[in-house]
Amino acid sequence: MRSTLSTPELTLGRKLFTMNWFLVLLITAVASVGFAMLYSAADGSTQPWAERQMVRYGVALGIMIVIATIDVRLWLRYAYPLYFVALALLAAVEVAGYVGMGAQRWISLGMINIQPSELMKIFLVLALARYYHASAIEDIGSISRLFVPLLLIAAPAVFILRQPDLGTAIMVVMTGAAVLFLAGVRVWKFVLVGIAGLAAAPIAWQFLHEYQKKRVLTFLDPETDPLGASYHIIQSKIALGSGGLMGKGFMQGPQSHLHFLPEMQTDFIFTMLAEEMGLVGAIGLLILYIMIIAFGVYIAIRSRNQFGRLVAGGITTTFFLYVFINIAMVTGLIPVVGVPLPLVSYGGTVMMTLMIGFGLLIGVGVHRDVPVGRRGEAEGM
Amino acid sequence: MNRDPDRHKLFTRRAAFLAGGQAILMTALAGRLYYLQVVEADRYATLADENRINLRLLAPPRGRVLDRFGTPLAENQQNYRLQLVPEDVKSSDIEQVLEHARQIVTLTDSDLRRIIREVRRNRAFVPITLRENLSWSEVARIEINAPDLPGLVIDVGRARRYPYGPVVAHVLGYVAAVSETDLDNDPLLKLPGFRVGRAGVERVHDLELRGTGGSSEVEVNAFGRMIRELSRREGQPGADVMLTLDVGLQEYIVKRLGEESASVVVMDVLTGDVLAMVSNPAYDSNDFNRGLSTKEWQALVSDQRTPLINKSIAGVYSPGSTFKMIVLLAALEKGVISADQKIHCCGDYELGDAKFHCWKRHGHGFVNAREALTESCDVYFYEIAKRTGIDRIAAMARKFGLDAPTGIDLPGEKDGLIPTRDWKRASRNEPWHQGETVIAGIGQGYVLTTPVQLALMTARIANGGRAITPHLTRAVGEQATQRLSPTEIPSINVSPSHLAIVIDGMNRVVNHATGTARRSATHIEGFPMAGKTGTVQVRRITKAERDQGVRKNEDLPWKFRDHALFVGFAPVENPRYAVSVVVEHGGGGSSTAAPIARDVLMEAHRRNSVGPGAAIAERAPSRKPAQGMAKDATSARQQTRTVPDVGD
Repeated sequence: MRSTLSTPELTLGRKLFTMNWFLVLLITAVASVGFAMLYSAADGSTQPWAERQMVRYGVALGIMIVIATIDVRLWLRYAYPLYFVALALLAAVEVAGYVGMGAQRWISLGMINIQPSELMKIFLVLALARYYHASAIEDIGSISRLFVPLLLIAAPAVFILRQPDLGTAIMVVMTGAAVLFLAGVRVWKFVLVGIAGLAAAPIAWQFLHEYQKKRVLTFLDPETDPLGASYHIIQSKIALGSGGLMGKGFMQGPQSHLHFLPEMQTDFIFTMLAEEMGLVGAIGLLILYIMIIAFGVYIAIRSRNQFGRLVAGGITTTFFLYVFINIAMVTGLIPVVGVPLPLVSYGGTVMMTLMIGFGLLIGVGVHRDVPVGRRGEAEGM
Repeated sequence: MNRDPDRHKLFTRRAAFLAGGQAILMTALAGRLYYLQVVEADRYATLADENRINLRLLAPPRGRVLDRFGTPLAENQQNYRLQLVPEDVKSSDIEQVLEHARQIVTLTDSDLRRIIREVRRNRAFVPITLRENLSWSEVARIEINAPDLPGLVIDVGRARRYPYGPVVAHVLGYVAAVSETDLDNDPLLKLPGFRVGRAGVERVHDLELRGTGGSSEVEVNAFGRMIRELSRREGQPGADVMLTLDVGLQEYIVKRLGEESASVVVMDVLTGDVLAMVSNPAYDSNDFNRGLSTKEWQALVSDQRTPLINKSIAGVYSPGSTFKMIVLLAALEKGVISADQKIHCCGDYELGDAKFHCWKRHGHGFVNAREALTESCDVYFYEIAKRTGIDRIAAMARKFGLDAPTGIDLPGEKDGLIPTRDWKRASRNEPWHQGETVIAGIGQGYVLTTPVQLALMTARIANGGRAITPHLTRAVGEQATQRLSPTEIPSINVSPSHLAIVIDGMNRVVNHATGTARRSATHIEGFPMAGKTGTVQVRRITKAERDQGVRKNEDLPWKFRDHALFVGFAPVENPRYAVSVVVEHGGGGSSTAAPIARDVLMEAHRRNSVGPGAAIAERAPSRKPAQGMAKDATSARQQTRTVPDVGD
């Protein structure tokens, strides 16, 4: 199938050669920081986290490279079907999913349990990119042209909110908004939606679960309940702050190792890193992330087709949102909303989502010069 | 699609804009990290240490209480506790383990319920106490069966133990759990299971016995489990308190008193050392430490012989005839009578309309001072009391330590009472009647004293008027109690010749053929006893009772019988020991109290309780209770009981 889609001059060898290997190296570097942190979180043991995470990364890396070699036109062609499969899975979660950690997020597909909301982060970008790829620049401004994209964003967002998973819902909405912005939707429309959103906030508040309300209230005034809901934020800030400039040293973070930090191998792993490696280590990791994002933007801008540009821009934005929301959460800038630190936190599903995303991103880079028709056919003109 | 370059331009602009926004947010994160990790680093470092470092107090061992020869009266015993550590046993097996444990130690159903409850409530690494005070055989059986008893451990704690139990209970007091009112700045008091002195010496010397707490800085995890000890500061163990008591003498007295409700105080007349202080019956301090059941408590409270009250310091009694020395001294000092001047006793004494009887119905005839004391002639004392006046008698009483706490180092000492005109006007708003002076002349009426006051009074007579004070503390830790040497003790300024007359009279009470306590002579060469009997009416035998045939004191119900008193000292020359004996409802001073006093002084002499000079502390304490002596004494007492009352 690939042979019919690939342009003759883009052989597999050529694709592998033109692949952005420096970006792969950066991704591997960040993942390795994750391995080290998971090793430390287990008090100097590859069990139970570091080893499994390394195996997962190895598998995901292979998948990423395979995805990067797949012609972007194939993705364009199957963008809508993939989106609807993900949406159907989300609906299935609503019916048949099982509850983990107090929220219904997972669905079992035989051997593996998957989280459809994670898949949706990628496939929404693909669907929106396809939509705008086919839109002429003068059509983008029309109000009626906003209807489909907004529906594409709102449908999964509602399902995810009902699970309930506020963090992921916000990410899905913001990723969609970013793709719309990149596609050229007028800024005033975002302002309008923003104002409408603020106006709707009190109504939305009614629909929040008790624990979600509590988290927001705790965020607003964390000192009220130091052993209750705000425990996470306070302990995280104490661990971060006590790390200081140079940190307590690898595997030497007392707060993390004495279990004052909750879920240190997942959502709060950045706190452990900052406690053990100090400001230097935290900023270092932040710089690695910024470099990955910069490469993503670079690939997006260099692509010669709108679909590739929007996919690359959307995925880069998703990645940025992971990084920002997680770090802002553990440093107490925003409420606690279960978003992991990409590539570092322990967890298979998010790893897979990210690596599929990076595969697409690198694939956009590899296929930057491929002419793409409106429906993904090899463009003749 | 020809417009793609336009779209590309627009996209590039937008992408640059978005990237700029992301850059700003990333910078904000970096700024936040800088704020937390550099600007606020010190504050969070402190908070982190508070998080993980717990200061744990180490309770110091409580000091022991020793008798004057170093015999421990209160010590710390190893308390073996059986504990269950839930995390060392599968939760499904806990019931089974408890069932096993039940075959070795007794666990009631309510114990089991408590244990299961605590297992659920506490974190799994917190040990739960199943039983305290395990016996050695129980400990051994648990150790042998250890493989079948996972999660069970033996823990050794310290518990207060009083080897002599009731023998010294009233002096020692006891320790008990800290109550709200005890809390001061000492953090030790907040330790769970910490005990403070609740009565007696344990309370008076609580601070010295307690010591100061050590501390241990431990690193804990978020669940409070100790990870490691960071530093340790040992506390100061409580100081041992050495008392002036001779526990051997104390034991002897308790045996000698048997079932009597009584107080005996023995004092060194030169130093004020209290060699024995027995209030009988007593409670067992160990029971208080263990915790009393409601039933046991009720039994103690409702006992009419008041085992909870230290009668020696908190029982107030009319001194009766034992007060006559004071009255005689007051009269001699005022000069209203001379030693040889005689007063006629015809058996009763009239004052206005009132008639006062002498205990001897037909009177003593003409008696001088010595004879009046010897035979305890009431009429003589009615007369000289009237001549002296109550205020002078009271002033003399105060010189001998009456009417005020003696200052003995025990809590809860009563004042007693010596009436004066001012006192009566102030307290009752009534004028003083001369009849009241007359009745005070034989130590009745308003006059009230405690046994320790009587012992002090006797000691001050015996030592020639030196103002010693009674005390129980010989040394605290290495520090001997600061004390004046006998020659430095101030005099109470009573004429030595008058004291000599009183002492001679007291000598005759025991050692003269007419003395009221002549049956209680020691018959030991060089250790004769002098003293004074007293019998105090608790209630008159009423006309109705007399008609029903109640003639004698013994026929009355126990709690209406007379109190028997005796104060004495020995030897007569160069006295060393003073004693006061009060037997509640014991009958006659001469028949009941005097033999006890004699036996006690003889035992003190035999044991040489004071000891020869400074070498006493080195002397090995004689721990053998004087079994034979006790038997002899008891039979002697029974003999005296069979003879007709000498009376006084």
